[in-house]
Amino acid sequence: MTQSHETNGANRGQTAPEQGQPLGMVIEGSVSNGVEVRLDPGVSVEQVKVGTFVTLQGTNSRFFGVVTDVGLGSTDPRLKYTPLPVDDPFVVQALQGTVAFGTVSVLPQLTMPDVLGDEQRPAAAKSIPAHFSRAFTASQKDVETVFGSEEDGNFWIGSPLDMETKLCLDLGELVKRSIGVFGKSGTGKTFLTRLLLAGIIQGGQASSLIFDMHSEYGWQGQDTDKGVTVKGLKQLFGAKVSTFTLDEEHSRRRGVSTDETVKLGFNHIEPEDVELLRQSLNLSEVAASAAYNLREKFGEESWLKEFLDAGRGGSLLELADELQVNAGALRALYNRMVRFTRHGFMVEHSRVDTAAQMIEHLERGQHVVLEFGRYGDDEAAYILVSNLLTRRIHRKYVEAKESAMGGAGKEPRPLVIVIEEAHKFLNSSVASQTIFGIIARELRKYNVTLMVIDQRPSGIDPEVLSQVGTRFSCLLDNERDIDAVLSGTSGSRALRSVLSRLEAKQQALVFGHALPLPVVVRIRDYGPKFYETIQGGGDSEAEKKRKVDELFGG
Amino acid sequence: MARRVGEVVESTSTSFVAQCYQLEGAPALGGLVRTDSPDIYGVVGRVTTEPLDSARPVLARGEDAGSEEDVIRDNPQLARLLTSRFEVFIAGHVEDGVTHQYLPPRPPRVHSFVYACSPEETSLFTSRLDLLRLLLNSGASHADEIVGAFIRQAAPSHDQPDDFLAHVCRTLAVELAADVARLNSILRRIAP
Repeated sequence: MTQSHETNGANRGQTAPEQGQPLGMVIEGSVSNGVEVRLDPGVSVEQVKVGTFVTLQGTNSRFFGVVTDVGLGSTDPRLKYTPLPVDDPFVVQALQGTVAFGTVSVLPQLTMPDVLGDEQRPAAAKSIPAHFSRAFTASQKDVETVFGSEEDGNFWIGSPLDMETKLCLDLGELVKRSIGVFGKSGTGKTFLTRLLLAGIIQGGQASSLIFDMHSEYGWQGQDTDKGVTVKGLKQLFGAKVSTFTLDEEHSRRRGVSTDETVKLGFNHIEPEDVELLRQSLNLSEVAASAAYNLREKFGEESWLKEFLDAGRGGSLLELADELQVNAGALRALYNRMVRFTRHGFMVEHSRVDTAAQMIEHLERGQHVVLEFGRYGDDEAAYILVSNLLTRRIHRKYVEAKESAMGGAGKEPRPLVIVIEEAHKFLNSSVASQTIFGIIARELRKYNVTLMVIDQRPSGIDPEVLSQVGTRFSCLLDNERDIDAVLSGTSGSRALRSVLSRLEAKQQALVFGHALPLPVVVRIRDYGPKFYETIQGGGDSEAEKKRKVDELFGG
Repeated sequence: MARRVGEVVESTSTSFVAQCYQLEGAPALGGLVRTDSPDIYGVVGRVTTEPLDSARPVLARGEDAGSEEDVIRDNPQLARLLTSRFEVFIAGHVEDGVTHQYLPPRPPRVHSFVYACSPEETSLFTSRLDLLRLLLNSGASHADEIVGAFIRQAAPSHDQPDDFLAHVCRTLAVELAADVARLNSILRRIAP
């Protein structure tokens, strides 16, 4: 018996062998709302999940899209009111897939190259497939074409939902713009960041400077859920990673050796730093701006020292008179600064320029982790130190870049600066002053980008957030945070429902510059298996070339 | 070999009426029949047995008879006074050796012979099911019954009756996509 296909169009379009499972056919749609696919009788609506990748075989092009909704439809609106013998399998079988059927909404995002694996890259979809185009689940080959494969030097970060396919990221693209890692507490931000950093270190696309607030990245980190320790970057990469510490004692207590101890001199602190600390030190505007007057009076190098000496000598009132600032404000500034300068890492005068030391390491292609030890809990210390060092490093980068543009030197190596609790540096009131705000805004002009890690993205200045190229968002449940993360993203309404439905662990919605389309990723495990791939891997081709160039001045 | 069951006595583009050679000799409701030259297929939609002369109604004769057979035996003239006819809804035709499941350009000629199709012929003809649409829209007040009866009779002629039924169900579901109640009533008539 030859059965005719009642699903007309079943044979339309050539079926490439790489195509996945057939799903159904396009029955309606628009570019703005995506297309509606009616599932074939044999495909259960329960098999298809929101977020799954789908390809649509049009007459002339193939489209790559993502399932944004799954629904139930029927040809007869009276179906829902008609009593049917649903316990009779014969009737149910006849109705399923014909009169009563499943539908999926697919948002076509990309048009695929005609030949998979071709040089031609997928391009943004500006049209939709015609009626009766066939829909298929995306195959491994499709996903590789869209996201790149591990063989092409991309970094395997996890798998898409319901697929075993490796989902890869182009780290070279990733580090060209700032990166954001968001998610509420305990959703795996730190693990994801560590994974990304490991990828960057292995791939050698950039150097990284990590302000490690809770000492989780350097030697080892904690997996609080499983109660085990995991290897830090230093353990995985050895000499490629240098660890600096602010708190030698803390490191020693943890039995961790560090490469350098950081001491900051009073001479390194600038009035801008005080301005930045206004909130965490609870200083008035007047008090903070008194620092500028002090600098004017005593000079760049020694204003803080002179000021503290004057305070100790009891001549604050005269000083206030002389500077024509409010005596109370000056007293407040003195009190805060005295308390602050009692930190173990502060010394009166430091000849060692930590920033220069770090740059030296970074220029060598090393990666620097600065552990804060017990000062990590001291917000003011974290903000001050990271801001102070970053400003100096940034200045050097700007100089290097400018002389490179003038043809006088080598391009500085791209640098990724990792900061935690980013909303403290980048909130609307200080973002314009901190160096991080400047870096975020001026983008990659000077080869320096940020990786901001935060649990309250709504606290970050919208202008800065809009410059974050690639965003990794773990589960967020605060409305304002979700709004902030999705701001400026097309199709944010569909993403919103995806974002609030993420699992609490090891899942992240990734979208932005480094990816052709948003994707939900099941982050790969950071554990022994991962260590093996890293340690067994050795240097990447790019890294080898860079080392050779460096040795022989290529 | 196909069995000759009657002769066309009335013919229209969509249906024809055949008179049986034997009283009560009509094919069953829903049976597939065929006329000769040209080959036109149809499905039996209505069987009637009535007096040849409409002015002479049939009277009840069995009041004193012991059994129904006795009535026939005692009144041998009855077979000559009554006749069986059946109406056939046209479901397809053969043109230049190709079977089409749509209406023929001309209806069968009067006095064409009508044959009941053999299981092989039925199986072959029902490998396509476009005729279901013709039957459903035949205008007969009991079209659903005709379809149900036709499917029930055609199914055993196939090697895989279950596959055939499944195919029929899907075809019906497409045809009756906008009327689930009607679809349901037919499905219950053909459920094994």
